[in-house]
Amino acid sequence: MNHFPILSFTIFVPLLGALALTLLPNLNEKALKQVGLYLSLSTLLFVVLLLRQFDPTQSGYAITEKYAWIPSLKVNFSLGLDGISLLLIGLTALISPLCILTLPKTNTNSRLYILLFLILQSAALGVFLTLDFIPWFLFWELSLVPSYFLIKLWGGSNAAKAAYQFVIYTMGGSAFMLLAFAGIYFKTGTFNFVELTELAKSGGLTLSLASLGHTWTVIVFLGVFIGLAVKVPLYPFHTWLPLAYSEAPTGASIFMTAVMSKMGVYGFIRILWPLFPTLLHRASGFLVWLALAGVVLGAFAAIRQTDIKRMLGYSSINHLSYCLLALFSISSITPESAMGYAPITAAFAGLLLQLFNHGLSAAALFYCVGFIESQLSTRSITEIGGIRKVAPRLAGFSGVALFCSLGLPGLSGFIGEFLIFKGVWGIHPIISTIACLGLFATAYFLLTFWQNVFHGATTENVKSTLKDFTASDVLTLAPITLLMILLGILPSILIQLFNPLIQHWASSLVLP
Amino acid sequence: MNFNYTQLLLAFSPEITLIIGACLVLGADFITQKSVPLSQRVTQSILVGLITLVAAGYLSYTSNQALDIPGIITFDPLAYGSRLCIIILTTLVVCSLGATPGRTQPAEYISLLLLGTSGLIVMPAAQNIILGFLALELASLSLYILTGFDRTRSRSSEAGMKYFILGSTAAAFLLFGISLIYGATGSVDLNLIASHLNSHPLTPLTKISLIFIIVGFGFKTAAAPFHLWAPDVYEGAPATSAALISSVSKLAGFAFFTRLLSLGLAPLRGNLSFKDSSAGWLILLAVLTLASLLIGNLGALAQTNIRRLLAYSAIAHTSTLIIALMIFNTTGASLIIYYTLTYGCALIGIFTILGLLDPEYKSGLITDLAGLSKRSPLLAGLLGLYTLSLAGIPPLAGFFGKFFVFTFALKSQGLSSPLGILVLAGILFSAVALYYYLGILKQIFVKPSTQAPLTIKLNVATLAALILTALVIVVLGIAPQLIVN
Amino acid sequence: MNALPCTIYLSFTGALLTLLIGKRSALGARIVALATALLGLEITLSAALSYIPNPHGLTTLVNTPWISQLGIHYYLAVDGISLTLLILTGLATTAGILFSWNIEERVGEFFALYLVLIGGVYGVFMSADVFLFFVFYEIAIVPKYFLVAIWGSKNKEYGAMKLVLYSFVGSSLVLAGLIWTYAASGASSFGLPDLIQASSHLTHIQHIEIFGLIFFGFATLAGLFPLHTWAPTGHVAAPTAASMLLAGVVMKLGAYGCLRVALPLFPQAIDFWQPIIACLAVLGIIYAGLIALIQEDFKYVIGYSSVSHMGFVILGLISCNLKSLSGAVLQMFSHGIIAGLLFAVVGRMVYERTHTRNLNELKTMGLGKRLPFVACVFVIAGLASMGMPAFSGFPAELTILIGTWKVSAVWATAAAVGILISAAFTLRAIQLAFFSEAKSVTSANTHAFAPITLPEKLGSILLIGTTLIIGLKPDLLFNLINPALQSPYFENIIKGVTS
Repeated sequence: MNHFPILSFTIFVPLLGALALTLLPNLNEKALKQVGLYLSLSTLLFVVLLLRQFDPTQSGYAITEKYAWIPSLKVNFSLGLDGISLLLIGLTALISPLCILTLPKTNTNSRLYILLFLILQSAALGVFLTLDFIPWFLFWELSLVPSYFLIKLWGGSNAAKAAYQFVIYTMGGSAFMLLAFAGIYFKTGTFNFVELTELAKSGGLTLSLASLGHTWTVIVFLGVFIGLAVKVPLYPFHTWLPLAYSEAPTGASIFMTAVMSKMGVYGFIRILWPLFPTLLHRASGFLVWLALAGVVLGAFAAIRQTDIKRMLGYSSINHLSYCLLALFSISSITPESAMGYAPITAAFAGLLLQLFNHGLSAAALFYCVGFIESQLSTRSITEIGGIRKVAPRLAGFSGVALFCSLGLPGLSGFIGEFLIFKGVWGIHPIISTIACLGLFATAYFLLTFWQNVFHGATTENVKSTLKDFTASDVLTLAPITLLMILLGILPSILIQLFNPLIQHWASSLVLP
Repeated sequence: MNFNYTQLLLAFSPEITLIIGACLVLGADFITQKSVPLSQRVTQSILVGLITLVAAGYLSYTSNQALDIPGIITFDPLAYGSRLCIIILTTLVVCSLGATPGRTQPAEYISLLLLGTSGLIVMPAAQNIILGFLALELASLSLYILTGFDRTRSRSSEAGMKYFILGSTAAAFLLFGISLIYGATGSVDLNLIASHLNSHPLTPLTKISLIFIIVGFGFKTAAAPFHLWAPDVYEGAPATSAALISSVSKLAGFAFFTRLLSLGLAPLRGNLSFKDSSAGWLILLAVLTLASLLIGNLGALAQTNIRRLLAYSAIAHTSTLIIALMIFNTTGASLIIYYTLTYGCALIGIFTILGLLDPEYKSGLITDLAGLSKRSPLLAGLLGLYTLSLAGIPPLAGFFGKFFVFTFALKSQGLSSPLGILVLAGILFSAVALYYYLGILKQIFVKPSTQAPLTIKLNVATLAALILTALVIVVLGIAPQLIVN
Repeated sequence: MNALPCTIYLSFTGALLTLLIGKRSALGARIVALATALLGLEITLSAALSYIPNPHGLTTLVNTPWISQLGIHYYLAVDGISLTLLILTGLATTAGILFSWNIEERVGEFFALYLVLIGGVYGVFMSADVFLFFVFYEIAIVPKYFLVAIWGSKNKEYGAMKLVLYSFVGSSLVLAGLIWTYAASGASSFGLPDLIQASSHLTHIQHIEIFGLIFFGFATLAGLFPLHTWAPTGHVAAPTAASMLLAGVVMKLGAYGCLRVALPLFPQAIDFWQPIIACLAVLGIIYAGLIALIQEDFKYVIGYSSVSHMGFVILGLISCNLKSLSGAVLQMFSHGIIAGLLFAVVGRMVYERTHTRNLNELKTMGLGKRLPFVACVFVIAGLASMGMPAFSGFPAELTILIGTWKVSAVWATAAAVGILISAAFTLRAIQLAFFSEAKSVTSANTHAFAPITLPEKLGSILLIGTTLIIGLKPDLLFNLINPALQSPYFENIIKGVTS
């Protein structure tokens, strides 16, 4: 335990700052934006501090905190940091300030906008750092509230339906997750992820749940599964996503794709897999196909979109399904298949890298698209063309993000996808081959998008109204873009954070 | 029969006082009627009446079982309590007499009332059937006349006539039943009857006599299906007469029949259970209870005239009293006395207020009460109190009366017996009853007023009577142990 | 601690005072009423803070013989559960009076009836003699009628009559059961400890029959499906403060009766009735939720949501283990506060200004912009109602779910579905009433509304603060509730005595 509760500070500074903002007297727009930005950047500061203290080779959680919260239910507010969480809170730290900077310029309630994003940031940080179900669930649900309002109040024409669908879908999943954990608590007496993981390793969890009967154990598993699957999203729980991403304001879309979807995958890694290795193993044969469907069908659906944001939405489904593909493939391994640890570590590493890198590239892409939309009031591929001539800087940044998303070697997106394919090929060659279809489809739609929108004949609206990136826009996107390039050349910067963890995990993988 | 006249005098002193008082009232009025205005005559008659009643009350209060004359009159708890309560209730009625203006023959009214009371107080105490019957008739005759007293309204005369005819018929039934009992047992002394019947099982003769007696009982206490006189009489009679009939007459009637059935005809009781019932008056009473419950409550639901509603509610309340009668041998008299006393107070209060509101009896609809809470908060509050007591809302006395009866009934037989079913029905029907009582309250408190604010002249006596009745209901509600023992 | 019975007497005295003062000064009546409520709240809070659980069960406050022939005592006693609900009453009363500050018609009578109702409710929560319990319960019935019939809105007389008659029938069933118990078991008094001891002399069949009578009698007041139909009509017809109290506190009287009287007296009956009652409770949760989803009247949504939430309480009660019971009590508290808040928004803050409760009409008014404070309060109330963590509903529903798993995973799953449905209808209501799309706002509705008054703000903050505090630190109440449930009083239920 650290004597300085750095983890709690990380989570709560944005939240408390947001509360302070509501109570402060009228600040003008500029001051408001500045204060919001600094509060958001505080996370980055904490991440840097944590990096200095973090020792990747230490097994388990490097930094932990624990406070009693509801003793009568044995609920503790326990936090813990390991390589995976560090990766993800680093991502959050980078993305959140970006979102705050997407504040619409005119006619808007800036205070509320910034407030909502700060709450969202705290919620995401809370999800990535807590190790006890009740606070985890609190932050999980908390993230819904600001997203709902962001979509509803700043969204597009169909925002009401999008917001409603988004919340109901996610809450539906959460209700079952709550039910499942109530059952787990009833049988084991604890909500703590670490304790439950220990219990699962020793086979005690299945034993406790066994008294419920086989059906109910499966239902508990499904409950947790559904709650997480909706968030990622896993095919076929993804139907809420295209509408939500396209109707949401830019900042919200960025955060949803870059951070909130990662919350779902994180849930799989932190909760579902450690607690139910056997059941997951049994289901993974089927689940791999679902992930594959997400990869392939997501990409093909993206091809057919004319609305850029919907296209990017489907692209998100595609990219995140890669992560799940890797995960399910790993869990489908049986001890008989003597393939060594190489595929496992490759797939796992790829998964984590993909999480981080997709976050960056998707965020940048949405930012650019949002930029275009706010000026041209359209998102349709058919109506926009030849941006490169009019706004070269915009085209440049979009290009980097786009090719990163595509997986061009040299940019950060490549290494993640490559490792995933390498790993999955070692486990399920057929699946890996089919997944390549997704690669081709992605290349197709992204390049078409690139060609039509940025090259090609300049359309009227582009010629007359589109202004290029200003200095502030460049400054905003520069860090992320630089990271994309840097991590493309030197991915080891990230890999070293979690490599020992993966090795350890692979070797101790609970194989039935 | 060995008694001497001193004994008789002492035993019947309250009755004698009342009769003398009746004559005094008439005499006083005769002397002063030419020289004194009407209002003063009214006050004078009331005063004399009150003095008489107070004297009679005192004499009743100081009587005890030492004055018993076996075979004629007794002063056991049932009799003692009933007599005292009858006199109290009658006093309250007399106090509120002054409220009704334009009474043209006050002295006659009061004297008839006093004479009737003298009959009423003999009824609970009589050990001799003939004596009891005579007292019953004396009381009834007075009540018939008091009902038809208001000659300005045809309703009153009609009610009086109806009451007289039906009452006489019922009395005839009762008399026939009594004579059959005499034929079967050879005695008119209740104790001797009881011991004689003890050794002889139920014969066809006694069975028939039971039926006749029950008919008389049903009529007197307004139990269904002998209740048909009640709505018309309650509606037609002048307010104070109605108050008398509903309170005092009921109490006396129940006391009389309790003694007759539970003490005199005790061996004919029979048994009431699902497995081994045997013929007797218990079964007949059970039928009466159920019928009264149904007809009383369901009939009241349909009423728009408040007095008729009160009549049907009286029928419904009778059912509870009959249950109390059925368990008399285990509980003693206190239940019946408590219930009828508090019930009587409520009804006296209600009728007084109704008389104040509508002295000429123009329409008598429930909706006439609309907005009373604005027109006269005091009367509205009192009326509300009485209605709630009738509905059986704690902590008022009406609730406790019902509660005691039901509890002791269940204690004696349990819920899965016919008596238990009756109790359950009684409890459930009180929810039905709440509906129409709330209807009254709704008019008083919720509905806006359609008439101008009232200027009611409440004289002291009436006010005192109303407050007293309210106090009785509240105090006995909070501390029922004062009577129940 | 010993000042607790004063809450009853204070309420009745306060009622009399407001009646008298109200004739001359409306403001005076309001102040007296508020003072009474605050005093009551202060007494209950300080009692809770200084409370030391009695390991044997109830802590006696007053015990004097009343009608000794029947063994009836004026017997007041509390434990942690009573204290929780007493605090709820104090809070709900204060908030209710704050939200009724603007009533102009017959002010004195309104607050007098209100305080009589409160006095009765305080009495019920403190009674340890079932007869006294019943007396206070009945005392609370009549003011209900007048509060709704005189100051109510749509359909007020019908709603009032239905409400009162259902309550009365419920209480009649209870009375029948109680008298029967007393008579058949040969108990020496009507006091709860004596009756519990004596009830073991009854036969198994009697346990089942009487439990059915008493439980369903109480459950009518608690809004168990299908005896719940009075609730939406009655609550909608009632004026705001009355709805807050009726849905918030009075419905809990029924649930409290089930917990305090029905369950401990007849533990043998639980095995028989559990599946039936659990089924009805779950049906209520889901059915009421679905109905709320299609309502057009804003207040009806809240009314049906109350029935749905009470279904949770009953499910928790009938599951009869430590977890579910404590969850049920917490849910009673939590829902009391939240329902109060919801009705306050709908009735006082929205309806008084817009004069409509029709969601389709409210859609055209753009209330999110014109009444930001109200929108904010309703969003918070809605989140709390949905069971969002950080608000008091979450630990309550979670604990009930945990407890229900023990009995039947099916019920638990159905209850979870209920949570989802409640999210859906709450969100729909929020969306239609406050955040409808800009295009549906008609230009005719742009004039300014009356500003939010100070009493409304205070009331809202009081209630929101409570639900937030308990949501973040539910142990404040669990530490009262759990020791009470672990006392010998509830032993037989939790152990599951079956023979």
